[in-house]
Amino acid sequence: MSNAPIETDVVIIGAGPCGLFAVFELGLLDIRCHLIDILDRPGGQCAELYPEKPIYDIPAYPIISGQELTDKLMEQIKPFEPEFHFNQRVDEIERLEDGRFHLKTDDNQEFITKIVVIAAGGGSFTPKRPPLPGIEEFENGSVHYSVRRMSDFAGKDLLIVGGGDSALDWTLNLAPIANSLTLVHRRDKFRAATDSVNKMLALREEGKINFLLGQMKEIKGENGNLSSVTISGPDGETEVACNRLLPFFGLTMKLGPVANWGLNLHENLITVDTEKFETNEKGIFAVGDINHYPGKLKLILSGFHEAALMAQKANQYIYPDKKVIFQYTTSSSSLQKKLGVK
Amino acid sequence: MPKITFIEHTGEAHEVEGDVGMTVMEVARKADVPGIEAECGGACSCATCHVYVDEAWTSKTGSPEEMEEDMLDFAFDVKGNSRLSCQIKVTEELDGLIVRTPEKQF
Ligand SMILES: Cc1cc2nc3c(=O)[nH]c(=O)nc-3n(C[C@H](O)[C@H](O)[C@H](O)COP(=O)(O)OP(=O)(O)OC[C@H]3O[C@@H](n4cnc5c(N)ncnc54)[C@H](O)[C@@H]3O)c2cc1C
Ligand code: FES
Repeated sequence: MSNAPIETDVVIIGAGPCGLFAVFELGLLDIRCHLIDILDRPGGQCAELYPEKPIYDIPAYPIISGQELTDKLMEQIKPFEPEFHFNQRVDEIERLEDGRFHLKTDDNQEFITKIVVIAAGGGSFTPKRPPLPGIEEFENGSVHYSVRRMSDFAGKDLLIVGGGDSALDWTLNLAPIANSLTLVHRRDKFRAATDSVNKMLALREEGKINFLLGQMKEIKGENGNLSSVTISGPDGETEVACNRLLPFFGLTMKLGPVANWGLNLHENLITVDTEKFETNEKGIFAVGDINHYPGKLKLILSGFHEAALMAQKANQYIYPDKKVIFQYTTSSSSLQKKLGVK
Repeated sequence: MPKITFIEHTGEAHEVEGDVGMTVMEVARKADVPGIEAECGGACSCATCHVYVDEAWTSKTGSPEEMEEDMLDFAFDVKGNSRLSCQIKVTEELDGLIVRTPEKQF
């Protein structure tokens, strides 16, 4: 896919809680944002790692779950019409001659922006790779951690491993086009939605898929082409012939391309000042878990504060001639108008 | 203070003292026991604190609750005595507990 570059004032990399709140602080200053995240929805760690778990240290919320916090932030920033670009990882940032930045994602979407706000948290979410010796060799074609094009799997012998929604959804979607499909899970209980589980059981009943109880032990093939995976289960070992493997073991955070952007780092975190949370590159800011400064605490509330101060400086870059007046949302009629409450 | 022994897959043993109320994961981390990563800091959302409880101790440590059992789906080489060490609370009863750390966390 190759779209025309999107020109904007601010691109925020990462739609975790801190990236989302940055939309609010920038919005109050009439600055609109585009957000890019590798996940398929907003919320970062809160939505991906602990949606149901309670957080007890969000000011004024004695208790709120990761998903609730995300939903509330989305509601709070709605008046500022943020534009989201999900399922994409920002790979490159380059400064243009006119001082603006050129960004490119792994999906070939390009952006030209005056300001970059890096809110990349613990890094991009990346699928967990099963620690099987030699699995890397098969990652150029045989082993896939996600499905971008279903047609890549048509007529193939698939082995899907896992018991969550991804494993089950892809079992259901790919079964009709695969030559054969085997689902492997370590127990006969599935975390996936009940409806998907029932549909999978029906396919199994009709003999359209095979189900095997067990865990991956060994992976075999030649020249990067997978030929079989050995599954060890309650009845011993079974070798399953297959040429495509889809293991679904959740996601982990990896720093990823952030390290290649020419920014000063301290132990894999981007160093910023504590006045405006700007990096060593003028116009590139970093807020939330991804930044470092003396006394940094990796807490959501710290990221919120950082976003507020960052926005003030970004405002000066974007509207150099605008007079800055400090205002409260409680009493300023112009802020309330922007929020759509007046 | 209850003592816990962590045995690495190589056989190397580490005997560590823990406080009642800590989790077995925290005891390991405090003493830098290798083989326990605990990426999520004990929130039962990463499965990188996976251990095997010595068979003699499984009745004392109890069995995983549903949330932990779900999370164990994300661990590697799960066995009948697999537990997430952040979900085992240290008690006086567990003085002498032996757990083995896996060769690889995911
Ligand atoms: C189990 C657990 C419990 C926690 N409990 C608390 C608590 O009680 N209180 C508290 O304050 N904090 C808590 N935290 C920490 C809190 O979740 C983080 O501080 C917070 O999520 C940081 O927000 P963020 O927006 O900086 O980054 P994140 O939430 O990490 O989001 C960053 C986003 O950026 C994306 N990204 C990164 N790089 C790229 C790229 N190159 N291209 C595209 N997208 C990219 C990632 O995919 C991710 O979605 C907890 C964390 C965990 C794991
Ligand atoms: S530390 Fe993450 S699950 Fe135990």
